[in-house]
Amino acid sequence: MPPFDAEILARLQFAFTVSFHILFPTLTIGLAGFLVFFEARYLRSHDEAWLVLYRFWVKIFALTFGMGVVSGLVLSYQFGTNWSEWSRVTGPALGPLIGFEVLTAFFLEAGFLGIMLFGWQKVGPRLHFLATCLVAAGTAISAFWILAANSWMQTPAGATLIDGHYIVDDWFAVIFNPSFPWRLLHMTTASYLTTALVVSGISAFYLSNGSNREVARRAFSVAMWGMLVLAPLQIFLGDQHGLNTLEHQPIKVAAMEGNWETRGGVPFHIFAMPDQKEQRNRLEISIPYGSSLILRHDPDGIVPGLKDVPVEDQPPVGIVFWSFRIMVGLGFLFLALGLWGAWARWRGTLYDGVWLRRLAVLLTPAGFVATLAGWFVTEVGRQPYTVYGVMRTEDSFSPTVTGASIATTLVLFLIVYGGLFGAYLYYLTKLVRRGPDPLTTRETEESPEAIRGARPGLVVPAE
Amino acid sequence: METLAIISGAVIGIAILMYVVLDGFDLGVGILFPFAPDGGSRNTMINSVAPVWDGNETWLILGGGGLLVFFPIAYSIALPAFYIPVMAMLFALIFRGVTFEFRHQAHTSTHLWNRSFFWGSLIAAFMQGVLLGALVQGVEVEGVRYAGGMFDWLTPFSVLTGIGVVVGYGLLGATWLIYKTEGHVQDWARSSAVVLGGGTLIAMVAVSVMTPLLRPAIADRWFGGVNILYLSPIPLLTLALTVLLFWSIFSKRELLPFLSSIGLFVLGFAGIAISLYPNIIPPSVAVWDVVAPRSSVIFALVGVAVVLPMVLLYTVYAYSVFHGKASEHGGYAHHEHE
Repeated sequence: MPPFDAEILARLQFAFTVSFHILFPTLTIGLAGFLVFFEARYLRSHDEAWLVLYRFWVKIFALTFGMGVVSGLVLSYQFGTNWSEWSRVTGPALGPLIGFEVLTAFFLEAGFLGIMLFGWQKVGPRLHFLATCLVAAGTAISAFWILAANSWMQTPAGATLIDGHYIVDDWFAVIFNPSFPWRLLHMTTASYLTTALVVSGISAFYLSNGSNREVARRAFSVAMWGMLVLAPLQIFLGDQHGLNTLEHQPIKVAAMEGNWETRGGVPFHIFAMPDQKEQRNRLEISIPYGSSLILRHDPDGIVPGLKDVPVEDQPPVGIVFWSFRIMVGLGFLFLALGLWGAWARWRGTLYDGVWLRRLAVLLTPAGFVATLAGWFVTEVGRQPYTVYGVMRTEDSFSPTVTGASIATTLVLFLIVYGGLFGAYLYYLTKLVRRGPDPLTTRETEESPEAIRGARPGLVVPAE
Repeated sequence: METLAIISGAVIGIAILMYVVLDGFDLGVGILFPFAPDGGSRNTMINSVAPVWDGNETWLILGGGGLLVFFPIAYSIALPAFYIPVMAMLFALIFRGVTFEFRHQAHTSTHLWNRSFFWGSLIAAFMQGVLLGALVQGVEVEGVRYAGGMFDWLTPFSVLTGIGVVVGYGLLGATWLIYKTEGHVQDWARSSAVVLGGGTLIAMVAVSVMTPLLRPAIADRWFGGVNILYLSPIPLLTLALTVLLFWSIFSKRELLPFLSSIGLFVLGFAGIAISLYPNIIPPSVAVWDVVAPRSSVIFALVGVAVVLPMVLLYTVYAYSVFHGKASEHGGYAHHEHE
């Protein structure tokens, strides 16, 4: 192997930049929905606590959205700089999906985000609410197109590879390719679940230290209702998505299960150290028939094995196997939190249980971990292909770009993104510590109609 | 298919032109940032672009995305060819973009984000100019792949176009500020616009002289036969707009300097398009050589025809919500004292 292996470096770089990017949309897709809910409640009830809540979370939304924009811009050019062969071959099928994302989602979000953040004094409350709804719609539409594109790489359909590039015969089949509906539902729910965890965690933090009680209670309550509904829903969707993968990408499922031989009565490994060289697992701790039961609903059901394909066509098993366990483990932990919250609510101790609050605070970032783990399962599980079964990763990167250039930009990305992430966390912590701004007296007493400034603390500096 | 290829090329051209004009003025505001008279003016400057910068930058994604849609082969040739300037531009845009939120949250580190805003805007503008020059001077292609080295883009010509775009964006930024500010910020923007207007003019003349010297084909396009007659409105209009620009600055018009600067950019863009047509990657790759398959082009063009008018409508609406003078407070108001 040469000192700079361009393919490995390009893969590392893309894995890093795309993983970094997805953290931010994961929060903004869900948070946009929460903001719509908060503002709708305020408009209906005129209860100012909802407005205070909106104003607080919209700041976190803006900060996160900005990070998503700049890290997303990078990706739209990185396809070409690092993956020019992939771009040329799949461009005719995937290009329009990405183009539609820009046209129908990015412009919508960008156009109305300004009004959402700065427009309170410029437009009426109803128009402002419309802007919030349109931004939320934009985030959902964006997810629709990019997940259609990603799913097509997992389960290509509706296009034929002729003369070195795809020619599309059926756009409906391209967009609604076999894995798309489940992936879209699974990711959107992941987004809302992650947001519910962030909202409940930060609210639990306020409940614990006794600050901002009124708004923290409301947010905690909303988020815990969310957990109760979303966590079991997500487990169901994940199961369906897995069955869909079993049908279309059996080798990925074999890697998730750590199963080498295609056979019936396959156990579920709670723990194992997959050894790809030896083509077997070490140190297995298993539930007999578990895997067959989950995947085939039959203890003797046949589960595909990795050895069905030669080693060079297998994905890196260890990463897929362990990412899958992290994701599923966290998913059940989220379910436990949701059930615990419901139990506490029924007993009337939702806001007072010390351990419930502690668990909520602890799980604040856990949704991001689960989401990333899920993406590792599906993306690493697709290897060694970029377009599953058709185009190999080694045939996808830019042949003329030198390893040295990719190495240089990779190091720069590590430094720059590391620094940015530090700054993001620093300012996020600052926002959380400062807490929601109460409405100023001027707003509440002198001119009730002035309760519109999205960022009142800035118009009237505190000092 | 030729017609489709030309229409597709026009769509990319419009996206890039929209980007250059719209993000041009907010990058220009960033380029002028350290020269502002005081901290208060900097707040006003950043507030004048805060509600719209994100939408402006989206045109850049449309340009890149559009190239992948309509000309995937051109996309896969150009981006590896321009690897270093593209990456440098992206890093610069990251620093520029996060400034809006971070600077607003910052207290003691405001100066840090002021720098990030300036350098991010400056380097992004310079790299965009370099990319323009690198494209115009031509790219080595074999079959469907780039065949040159990592540094082919770097020439005196591309450095010149880089400087030209920095100065030109500065002019757009300064004239935008004449329109959006008042008092001493506006006075300062006016005097900056005069200097930058002069600089833009020099850069445009220099690039116009050097471009036909790059390749006989370009010289022939402009001066061959009676072409010079048909094409003479472009230099003449440029001259007229330059006069209008300076006159409107000196006679204290508020919107007209900005519109004249936009006009200059549109004419410069038209000049480049005329020099390159029908090549999307000069000197040898024409739009119809690399256009995407018919099914992709038609699908995307229908989408563009339906959605783009709506985008333009609500973009105009979003701008109109924030019409009038930008203030030091409100928006991303931030108390920087100097």
